[in-house]
Amino acid sequence: MKRLTLFAGHYGSGKTNIAVNYAMMLKRQGYDVIIADLDIVNPYFRTKDSERELNEMGIELISSRFANSNLDIPSLPQEMYRTVQDKSKYAVMDIGGDDAGAVALGRFAPFIKEENNYDMVFVVNFYRPLSRTAEEALEIMREIEAASKLKFTSIINNSNLGELTAAQDVLATVAEAERLSALSGLPIKMTSVKQSLFNELNDKTNSLFCLALQNKIF
Amino acid sequence: MAEKVLMKGNEAIAEAAILAGCRHYFGYPITPQTEIAAYMAKKMPKIGGCFLQAESEVAAINMVYGVAGTGKRVMTSSSSPGISLKAEGLSYMAGSDLPCLVVNVQRGGPGLGGIQPSQSDYFQATKGGGHGDYRMIVLAPSSVQEMASLTVKGFDLADKYRMTSMILADGTLGQMMEPVSLEEAVVENYDKSWAVTGTEMKRKKNLINSLSLDPEELERLNFARYEKYKLIEETEAMYEEYMMDDAEICICAFGITARIAKNAIAMARAKGIKAGLIRPITLWPFPTKVFEAAADKVKAFVCVEMSMGQMIEDVKLATKCKKPVSLCNRVGGMIPSPEQVLEKIIEASEGGNE
Repeated sequence: MKRLTLFAGHYGSGKTNIAVNYAMMLKRQGYDVIIADLDIVNPYFRTKDSERELNEMGIELISSRFANSNLDIPSLPQEMYRTVQDKSKYAVMDIGGDDAGAVALGRFAPFIKEENNYDMVFVVNFYRPLSRTAEEALEIMREIEAASKLKFTSIINNSNLGELTAAQDVLATVAEAERLSALSGLPIKMTSVKQSLFNELNDKTNSLFCLALQNKIF
Repeated sequence: MAEKVLMKGNEAIAEAAILAGCRHYFGYPITPQTEIAAYMAKKMPKIGGCFLQAESEVAAINMVYGVAGTGKRVMTSSSSPGISLKAEGLSYMAGSDLPCLVVNVQRGGPGLGGIQPSQSDYFQATKGGGHGDYRMIVLAPSSVQEMASLTVKGFDLADKYRMTSMILADGTLGQMMEPVSLEEAVVENYDKSWAVTGTEMKRKKNLINSLSLDPEELERLNFARYEKYKLIEETEAMYEEYMMDDAEICICAFGITARIAKNAIAMARAKGIKAGLIRPITLWPFPTKVFEAAADKVKAFVCVEMSMGQMIEDVKLATKCKKPVSLCNRVGGMIPSPEQVLEKIIEASEGGNE
């Protein structure tokens, strides 16, 4: 178990949802964990959307003071340095989408490399239009590595069609995820699915990770 | 059926435009529609198309004007403040009878406003925005799938009637992700004999122009254009009716608020209140007839809008004020909740809000 877990990938691949659920899992396992939102690209669908649930669980959230406001400003607070400097705590870092979002991580890369106690996870959803194949996903992976100055260490297969995902939709992507694993030489850390599919898929999939989704009113 | 993909509304618009044969995109980034430009930037070079990030919205719309004159399918996209900047170009294209697709993924206004979703550009889209007597076909999608299908429809209507089609979406629809299936669109052969494509000395030259030196000629052009608009009003109005068969309260909502209304209708029906929905899909032409007919059947109308009440004026005109019409709204980037809509439905059914 590494002290830092970083989630990066194509925008809309599900990084934030996984980061929030992963931090909660660590907390439940007894780790003292903070979650940091490094997204400087997309002003919507932020870690901050889950602020109340995180607070209730005693998970500290570090995010832009402009998150969920009407200001679209790519800024990070100075407290962000605590993720790399306060080594008494575990930290989950939610990185912005694509190479553009991963640029923000570059600032912290020297500290992360020096400590060398991190897992950088590539989140992929093969149902997203620009990462339909292992080759396309690999291209995004390499672009993010170049921008962030860090190398990925594992993969999460988060292939889904939103709320309408069926078990078969997940199973249909297993081979593609394995191809990406072979092409990149990285292990598949987990396959993540929404709660309602967990039991159905648990005996058919290795390292299944259960995601709670945010409620929608439309 | 094509295979399903999980797309943001903005991406669905971009991909559908490509499938509809659009190979020219000109724009300038603005939240919450930037994914359209980002998608085009990635895709257009791979398929021999043209993506160009202009130096401003004004430049972008004039590039659209230029390509539209050649008869090629062309589009731009922006969000509210950017559409205001494009208004002059929209008027010039209307005056030159040119087809194009313009996407407005609305955000809160007026002014710089904010980046959260809104529907407060209804007036701008349906009543003008630019100067002069003109109309645009205005399509209001309510799902990511419709973001795609109405984009294709928008290009077709634009070509058919030689005018601008606008997709009027909002930040929520642009940003939200849903599964969609996309198929190569069948593009009809529309008459483009008016296009400026080079005469090769074989035909009379075409001219793209919105200036008339003779006022009588300008009047004739305006009357002719409004004959065309009249035909569109009679034939192209689109709407969805939802649980209207026995409805006593009729919700009027388009786009994202129509989805919230459907949730509120389920809640109202659980309480024994017969509520239904009319969702205009074309905001211009406004589906007047279906509202006029509903006015003879229902007790009251409730307009759900993310504006200070803009479509409500068209609902009142269409229903000739035969029944009370009340407003349920949030603005400034806020979204009404199903509970708030339910409250208004209850008020309307008790007759308390004329």
